[in-house]
Amino acid sequence: MKGLNDLYQAVADPWEYARKMKSGGKPVIGYFCSYTPDEIIYASGAHPMRLFGTNGEISAADAHLQAYSCSLVRGALENVLRGNLDFLDGTVFPHTCDSIQRLSDIWRLNTNFRFFADVVLPVKLDTDSAREYMVDVLRKFRRELAVGLGLTISDGDLEKSIECYNSIRISLKQIYELHSNDPAVISSRDLYTIVKASMIMDRGYLAARLPEIVDALKKGEFATDVSGKKRLILTGSICDHPDIYDILEKSGGVVVWDDLCTGSRYFDGLIANGPDPIERIATRYTERLICPAKHFSLTQRGENIVRIAREHKADGVIFLLLKFCDPHDFDYPYMKEFLDKEQIPNMLLEIEDQLPAEGQLLTRFETFMHML
Amino acid sequence: MSETQENKDKRKIRSAKKMRQIMTEYYVEAKTARDNNRLIAWITSGGPVEPLIAMDIIPVYPENYGAMIGASKMGGDLCQKAEEMGYSGDLCSYARADIACSTVDGGPIGGLPKPDMLVCCNNICGTVLKWYEIQARYYNIPLFIFDTPFCHTEYSREARKYVRRQVDEYIQFLENVSKKKIDYDRMNEVGKLSVEGQRLWQTILDTTMNKPSPMTAFDAFFFLALIVTLRGQQIVIDFYQELLAEMQERVKNKISAITNERYRLLWDNLPIWYRLKWLSDTFAAHDACLVADTYTSAWCGSMKYINENDFLDTMAEGYTRIYLNIGVDEMAKTVFEMIDKYDVHGLVMHSNRSCKPYSLGQYDIQKMVQEQKGVPCLMIESHMIDERSFSESQTLTRIDAFMEMLKQKVG
Repeated sequence: MKGLNDLYQAVADPWEYARKMKSGGKPVIGYFCSYTPDEIIYASGAHPMRLFGTNGEISAADAHLQAYSCSLVRGALENVLRGNLDFLDGTVFPHTCDSIQRLSDIWRLNTNFRFFADVVLPVKLDTDSAREYMVDVLRKFRRELAVGLGLTISDGDLEKSIECYNSIRISLKQIYELHSNDPAVISSRDLYTIVKASMIMDRGYLAARLPEIVDALKKGEFATDVSGKKRLILTGSICDHPDIYDILEKSGGVVVWDDLCTGSRYFDGLIANGPDPIERIATRYTERLICPAKHFSLTQRGENIVRIAREHKADGVIFLLLKFCDPHDFDYPYMKEFLDKEQIPNMLLEIEDQLPAEGQLLTRFETFMHML
Repeated sequence: MSETQENKDKRKIRSAKKMRQIMTEYYVEAKTARDNNRLIAWITSGGPVEPLIAMDIIPVYPENYGAMIGASKMGGDLCQKAEEMGYSGDLCSYARADIACSTVDGGPIGGLPKPDMLVCCNNICGTVLKWYEIQARYYNIPLFIFDTPFCHTEYSREARKYVRRQVDEYIQFLENVSKKKIDYDRMNEVGKLSVEGQRLWQTILDTTMNKPSPMTAFDAFFFLALIVTLRGQQIVIDFYQELLAEMQERVKNKISAITNERYRLLWDNLPIWYRLKWLSDTFAAHDACLVADTYTSAWCGSMKYINENDFLDTMAEGYTRIYLNIGVDEMAKTVFEMIDKYDVHGLVMHSNRSCKPYSLGQYDIQKMVQEQKGVPCLMIESHMIDERSFSESQTLTRIDAFMEMLKQKVG
């Protein structure tokens, strides 16, 4: 863990990190969801920072959102209403689920940052017109961002950003692969920290820092003991509960891969070479692994979870779903069916803003591990 | 408070009987479609149905059937069945009931006729996308997704181009599945009929501007089925003309929807289908009439964007800018307009656990309505067709308290 102090610090207090970025002269743009084209934000010279929920009490948000909204939406609103995000220059809402969509309205009506954008992406990604619309929407976002922040975004800026993001994604994937090949190279919690930090810290810094971590991993600098642990896959939306990784390890498992928005879906797919940077960025967003709020084919997510489990020799899959997350709740039965058909054991854990008590979680995980 | 039978009979809307007949015939036709070599498309309630009508494909609406399931109080069982299949009890109760219904041919008419294709328009929610994906897997049939970008603050140039292109793709899809070509003259005709039907429907809804109101929002929930399911057909126009005449006659003769209309209320969100009568009676007992609602007017609210003489080109915008596909502030604007138009004293908001796009944002609208219009609001929570989620005693207490407050305020 010693070698990751910088990342641990950023993850422990992302707001403090953002304030420092801001005092260094960079506008800070908060965003939701891995469909936000943060490459364009970074190209503008602003600092893109992913926003999460809260671990604290939710009260101010209750005046705007019903209790049947998910903890991410309620927590994020709580943070902004309490003034915790006062460092923001603006926020970007990509079109994903119904809840984020309404959060966008509520946010726009109750906050007053100098920049606000809805990036109304296509919902289906499997037709020519949708792909073209994706390009059009990203071009529109590029214009709006430049005007809103009073900055210019040249093709050269975009090229540099693409290079930077490709480098980050290559490194993250390498780290995941090293860990999957030998889970003893790094603890799951360290891995979680690296991925989360990648959505918080300066992307230029990360592009240089992550390859160092890859080298350190290869040299065994973060080695941990995971002997005899069952190999697990996590699937769901976001996992913002680092304790889960510790409890899983304690119960006899280790997460070797995931299908999470705050995991492999963030680094899946690189931006290809070619003439038009926006078109290439758009292509990655239409081709990367989908989240259930998007449509690519009827079975892509089911096939994908089986493929991931096979490729990474998983003993079991854990569905980690936020309560009141409709898109994931709708996909769960069919994905489970795909896994069952292949006789891949799986379990469902539904989480709210606070994790269940550790003892209770430990028992549930242990029971599952015994089945594997 | 007791009313003579004669008065009650006078108050009954005569057209209801005919409406039931039309809907029965429609479902019989749909259920026997295969015998007549006709194709069936399941389509979302806000979906562009006109091309289906033009191609003689029978549109079937799981959401309309959901309402029927709810009104028959069969939603709870079906929703529970869906939960046993692995679907969370927090999901939309229409979707849960329909998904379960397909596997057991349940509901009041023993299940919907099996679809040959699915048409999903996401202008009402993201839920329909997931729901129709599930049904496309279950029935193993083609699915067309009509993707209408959300209009938080604008209908962008980019969205306009994308949606217009999808109109052509949609027709292409229908031609491929049905193996026949669309007749564009017929399409234009259907477009005109659709707009005319919408115009008539709005005129009927507007008769409730009269005091006392000749009908309630609960009646509108019932008569809505035609504009949803048969939009674009002559029968809608014929029937709505009769219904309109009846309403105009009631206005002339001062026949009110409830015995003693003293308070006029506006309803927001989908109905609570399994408690329509109970809610109607409960409010009527307080001399309160729900004269209008934001839901039933959603089928004519975006008429202003549609040119009936250029239907295919303009329906793209009409379908994209419907009530649910717009920002909370624009929805609030519509609510403000309705408050003035129908001259209401209060707003009843159904916080519908089944419908996040309709419900999230209601607290902000409520605040705006109270602060800027001085109109008090009541919030009732439920899942629209899962009767297990409804607490009658708690709701009754809230309605009573709200009405007491309104009486003091209005006098």
